[in-house]
Amino acid sequence: MSVTDTTVPTAYVRTEMLPPRAAPMQRKGALGWLRENLFSNWFNTVLTVLGIAIIWWFVSHFWPWFAHSVWSAGSLRECREIIAATWGEGASGACFAVIRERWHQYLFGFYPRAEYWRPVMTIGLMFIALAPVLFSVSATIRRRVLAGGGLLTMILMAICGVPLWSAMLMLALFGVALLLAEYAPGRLLWFTVFYPVLGVWLLWGGSLWSPMMVLAGLAAGFVVARLLAKRAPGLAPFAAIITIAIWWAFISQPLADALAGVLPLSLLHVTSREFGGFLLAIVIGVSGITMSLPLGIVLALARRSDMPLIKTFAVMFIEFIRGVPLISLLFVASTLLNYFMPPGTNFDIILRVIIMVTIFAAAYMAEVIRGGLAALPKGQYEAADSLGLDYWQAQRLIILPQALKISIPGIVGTFIGMFKDTTLVGLIGLYEPLKGISDFVRADFNWKGIYWEPFVFVGVIFFVICFSMSRYSMYLERRLSRENR
Amino acid sequence: MSETTTTIDRNDVPADATSTAPAIEIRDMNKWYGAFHVLRDIDLTVARGERIVIAGPSGSGKSTLIRCINRLEEHQSGQIIVDGIELTSDIKNIDKVRSEVGMVFQHFNLFPHLTVLENCTLAPIWVRKMPKAKAEELAMRFLEKVRIPEQANKYPGQLSGGQQQRVAIARSLCMEPRIMLFDEPTSALDPEMIKEVLDTMIELAETGMTMLCVTHEMGFAQAVADRVIFMDQGQIVEQNTPSEFFNNPQNERTKLFLSQILGH
Repeated sequence: MSVTDTTVPTAYVRTEMLPPRAAPMQRKGALGWLRENLFSNWFNTVLTVLGIAIIWWFVSHFWPWFAHSVWSAGSLRECREIIAATWGEGASGACFAVIRERWHQYLFGFYPRAEYWRPVMTIGLMFIALAPVLFSVSATIRRRVLAGGGLLTMILMAICGVPLWSAMLMLALFGVALLLAEYAPGRLLWFTVFYPVLGVWLLWGGSLWSPMMVLAGLAAGFVVARLLAKRAPGLAPFAAIITIAIWWAFISQPLADALAGVLPLSLLHVTSREFGGFLLAIVIGVSGITMSLPLGIVLALARRSDMPLIKTFAVMFIEFIRGVPLISLLFVASTLLNYFMPPGTNFDIILRVIIMVTIFAAAYMAEVIRGGLAALPKGQYEAADSLGLDYWQAQRLIILPQALKISIPGIVGTFIGMFKDTTLVGLIGLYEPLKGISDFVRADFNWKGIYWEPFVFVGVIFFVICFSMSRYSMYLERRLSRENR
Repeated sequence: MSETTTTIDRNDVPADATSTAPAIEIRDMNKWYGAFHVLRDIDLTVARGERIVIAGPSGSGKSTLIRCINRLEEHQSGQIIVDGIELTSDIKNIDKVRSEVGMVFQHFNLFPHLTVLENCTLAPIWVRKMPKAKAEELAMRFLEKVRIPEQANKYPGQLSGGQQQRVAIARSLCMEPRIMLFDEPTSALDPEMIKEVLDTMIELAETGMTMLCVTHEMGFAQAVADRVIFMDQGQIVEQNTPSEFFNNPQNERTKLFLSQILGH
């Protein structure tokens, strides 16, 4: 008997479907939500009450401290007098006057005050450099990031009291960036390539030509590689590396001097020892982040390589770096590294720290990315192979886009951890914001004994930066998962 | 596929005009996984335009055999010559062979982060250095051929298994290969989707493509194969035309296999 046979009498056939009915009261509305989430049974009710009690206990302890805070005073003693006078003897209160007095040191360390426009501009330009990379897909979000970055830069410039021309220049640059992002976002990438040179020049000053020549060395290596790619593909990478080394060792400096003679583009030189506060943390963090990702990818691929030599090297490197604490690497950077340098070489301390932080983060990054690579089904490699793609094409077009997507939470986690680890440079005598600058501030008799306020201030800024990174990672995950469904 | 049981005579196969050399020549080839001898003394010559179905129980080495042809697996002794190029550890030769040999996998292996169209244009653009517009035009032609041009801008995850496998076939065809390898293309599909994939393969066979299919679809074998190869324990046990193979199997192992696979 067939189901579609209509001649057979059937007992019951539904001809109309029941319409959906409204949910009962306890399933919707605020009351329904409370019932379901907070008071669904006696155990959850007890937990809810306990939770509220704990929150209340915390807030009631800390709230007066914030509520009684003093924002303008010349010293900690003065703060305490004001609090005692207003809120009575024995009342606790925060003395944020120290932030008002010393905010510039928390942000810039001992950077010359007249030159504050330079670091602020560097940070502003960073938004322009990052926008086409981080938000390459959505024009709306790129617009929003650029506008937000511009606003933040302007506010910072206003606070720092920078010369008017620099604010105007920055505003004009943001205008150009917005226009470019709108009509030719590809062009903006050229600025991203050029940004490191510009940033280094703005921050440290000196002649523009010196960092330019470093970039020119890379460009020369690239050109050599391209020229040789057709004739001797095996030789090309080595030739490129040799070209870069020769350029940096022999050509860079004389050429920079010659160009400076023709067109002296020069800013007041600021030494690395004058860097401090969040400027230092951001310089180390951002450079470390941007360099550790590519290095981590290379290490991860090397560790999965079939070539025993490359694989062994990668394993040794990763395991060694992961096996030692970051502090020990920083000590090596601050003291030991100089023993290996020819006498008289001046190898910048921040550069040394950046190198150490980068290789440290890269080792962790490599393992995170290796996890992503391992998670890809073997079929993806086979499909890429069977289409005739070579190793690097397969990695770049098929494997890495998927592996990196899987690894995003781990990668951003490593970034965040690394950014917070920049505070460790305080141990080798650099003035990072958390302890270095705070100790310096407390060394002033007026602010002796102030502990919590600087911690709260620094903590909030760290939180904002790390939280934005975490939100970005969530945005990226969401966007990529939408793309693939 | 029982409705189309017309067997094609081997002599009807249009030989490739440009060359009379065989498409694939395998001589005395052996392969081991560690100490396990997976393929034993394989000798196989595939003429241009020939359609071969490889059958056999699981673990008999049939997938390994066709995976050796584009060197997804390495053989340890003997020779494999594909389209005049011998497969050795020379990466250049391997890439050259792979760009001439298309492969369709049991689990499709589409690239999930690329659209259907991008899946198809990727290899022509990067391996054949074809301009993007031309590659897209080519891809659309093959997507039409497998009858899913309307899905071009979707991601593989949005398609059904049968559609995905047809995209995989189109992706391989976009490289305009001379030889197509099919590694159990219908084994991971729901029954109602097997037909659409087999129909596509039959159409492809009618264009004179050299095809090697590992499959359990005996109807397909009867309909399009010029030769059926039966493998067991890493060896070619029997090979014959489909009609002879199914109606008059010689080897005991073949008889047992056929009785199990056709018995119900």
